[in-house]
Amino acid sequence: MLKQVARGITPEMAAAVSKLMRNQDLILVAKKCAVTSAFRNTIGLKGRMSVRLQPNHPFDDVRGITASILDGILLGSGDACIGINPASDDPAVIGELVRLLDGVITRLQIPTQGCVLTHVTTTLGLIGQGAPVDLVFQSIAGTEAANRSFGVDLALLREAQQAGLSLRRGTVGDNVMYFETGQGSALSANAHHNVDQQTLEARAYAVARAFDPLLVNSVVGFIGPEYLFDGKEIIRAGLEDHFCGKLLGLPLGVDVCYTNHAEADQDDMDNLLTLLAAAGVTFIMGVPGADDVMLNYQSSSFHDALYIRDLFGLKRAPEFDDWLVRTGLAGADFRLAGDAALLPEFASRLIA
Amino acid sequence: MKTPAPPSRSLSDLRELTPARVGLGRAGASMPTDALLAFTLDHARARDAVHGVFDTSRLVEGLTGVGLKPIALASQARNRRDYLRRPDLGRMLDPASQRALADRGGSSCQFVIVIGDGLSPAAVNSHALELVRNLIPRLAEAGVQIGGTVVASGARVALGDEIGALFGARMVVMLIGERPGLSAPDSLGAYLTFAPRIGLTDAMRNCVSNIHGAGLSYDEAAFKIAWLVQEGLARQITGVALKDESGSGTPARIGTSQS
Repeated sequence: MLKQVARGITPEMAAAVSKLMRNQDLILVAKKCAVTSAFRNTIGLKGRMSVRLQPNHPFDDVRGITASILDGILLGSGDACIGINPASDDPAVIGELVRLLDGVITRLQIPTQGCVLTHVTTTLGLIGQGAPVDLVFQSIAGTEAANRSFGVDLALLREAQQAGLSLRRGTVGDNVMYFETGQGSALSANAHHNVDQQTLEARAYAVARAFDPLLVNSVVGFIGPEYLFDGKEIIRAGLEDHFCGKLLGLPLGVDVCYTNHAEADQDDMDNLLTLLAAAGVTFIMGVPGADDVMLNYQSSSFHDALYIRDLFGLKRAPEFDDWLVRTGLAGADFRLAGDAALLPEFASRLIA
Repeated sequence: MKTPAPPSRSLSDLRELTPARVGLGRAGASMPTDALLAFTLDHARARDAVHGVFDTSRLVEGLTGVGLKPIALASQARNRRDYLRRPDLGRMLDPASQRALADRGGSSCQFVIVIGDGLSPAAVNSHALELVRNLIPRLAEAGVQIGGTVVASGARVALGDEIGALFGARMVVMLIGERPGLSAPDSLGAYLTFAPRIGLTDAMRNCVSNIHGAGLSYDEAAFKIAWLVQEGLARQITGVALKDESGSGTPARIGTSQS
């Protein structure tokens, strides 16, 4: 029922109804919304949750990024995608990172997709040069003016989606877009027209919806305490965002995160992660030790993902889970096999 | 033909390749206790850096000691909570500070240095004075005259615009504590703005960031700042149109600002 009406719900309707809901309502209704998407694996199936492996490095060092990718894979993360936030915006560097991801995914035959989170125009340029781009990324917001401040409009996003589709790199589906959003982005660009930040966030989801994304990520605690002051506000916003996105029919994940000038800590993140998993969140981030050494904020760790899988019995995307079993990294029950202090041979090869 | 297996590496070898918290091991699903404690300590340090006391009197004393004539001013953010919640207040001088600058008289000048607490008073307490000490001879060499020095509490980057405008400065540099990360709680940034006036956006500034013990040294930072000051004054512009071509051989860490 919710799935059938999803396309008829406007973002203003979703935001308005969320304001009438307590946290338990946001959790219960979101849990009922089924949304799946696919590229090289299938994301959003019942009883499953995916993780974006986020292997950032302060100056995009290829070996450093490879080390973080291996760390994540060995801890069973990376089925939503392996997605790098680059420090550089130099197309030559971005191209190198795109090829790095393609190399790792191809050599190890991992049923997942790569993404370098750079401006859409940079990705378009790389596609034009024949770079092996899986997912096309862009940050989006809920007003035309805020999107303009990001250097995008709907026509450009359409062009980017078409370019991504033209590569035909998906094997089980053709959702090629990855979007990120966050409450406060329109206000910080002075492009909010005096509309509240939560309604504008839902409007960003309506932008995303037009492009059939594989993943939409609300980076809920990143933008800072002037928008979401403390753990309580971050938790509420995370649940609102997840509910609104799911009601609108999106594969919504949440970057469960905070900055050091917000009144929040790891306990708040545990609370939000647990509530979101109960609500059926599509995916979360996996950052080594929860500490992003490039973006200087704290997100969820590979370990956090293991915790929530154990607690709720959540499996990964089925293609990825099968791969973990085939490689011996997971046992027949899809839980990680023994804690090897030695790296498997494929890992030693990659950093040799 | 398959290449022979490389020598086996241990999980902890990953740590030599990145400052990220890799190779931590696990206890069941969870992070081992030593890794947890290390993280918690780093978070506590970052929190202390955000909420640390800005030592204005020591800074004023130190700046006087190197031959400058600093004045202490404040934004409209009256406490740390205000400051964090209301970035707009941190971008405006309080009335007493406005009067102090207006009463100063004096004519316009070439260059003003503002030192603000920002999101890490700890960074400013640790690095600002030494950076200025390195900067003075570089500016003198470039023929740039320092027309004023300000120590500003409760400061956001854009507070320098109002201060610079009241000085009638051609250019202002704001030395300010950057948002603390777990690995660098005391990182200082320098934001350069040509023809400062209220209402400018960050696209109009150049930034030299990551100035701290494990980052950019005082000497490297002073070199880059002096280069940008000299070029910015000559070309009458700062921001996205002015790229760092100082070519000092250090990794490029110059971009436009985020705060």
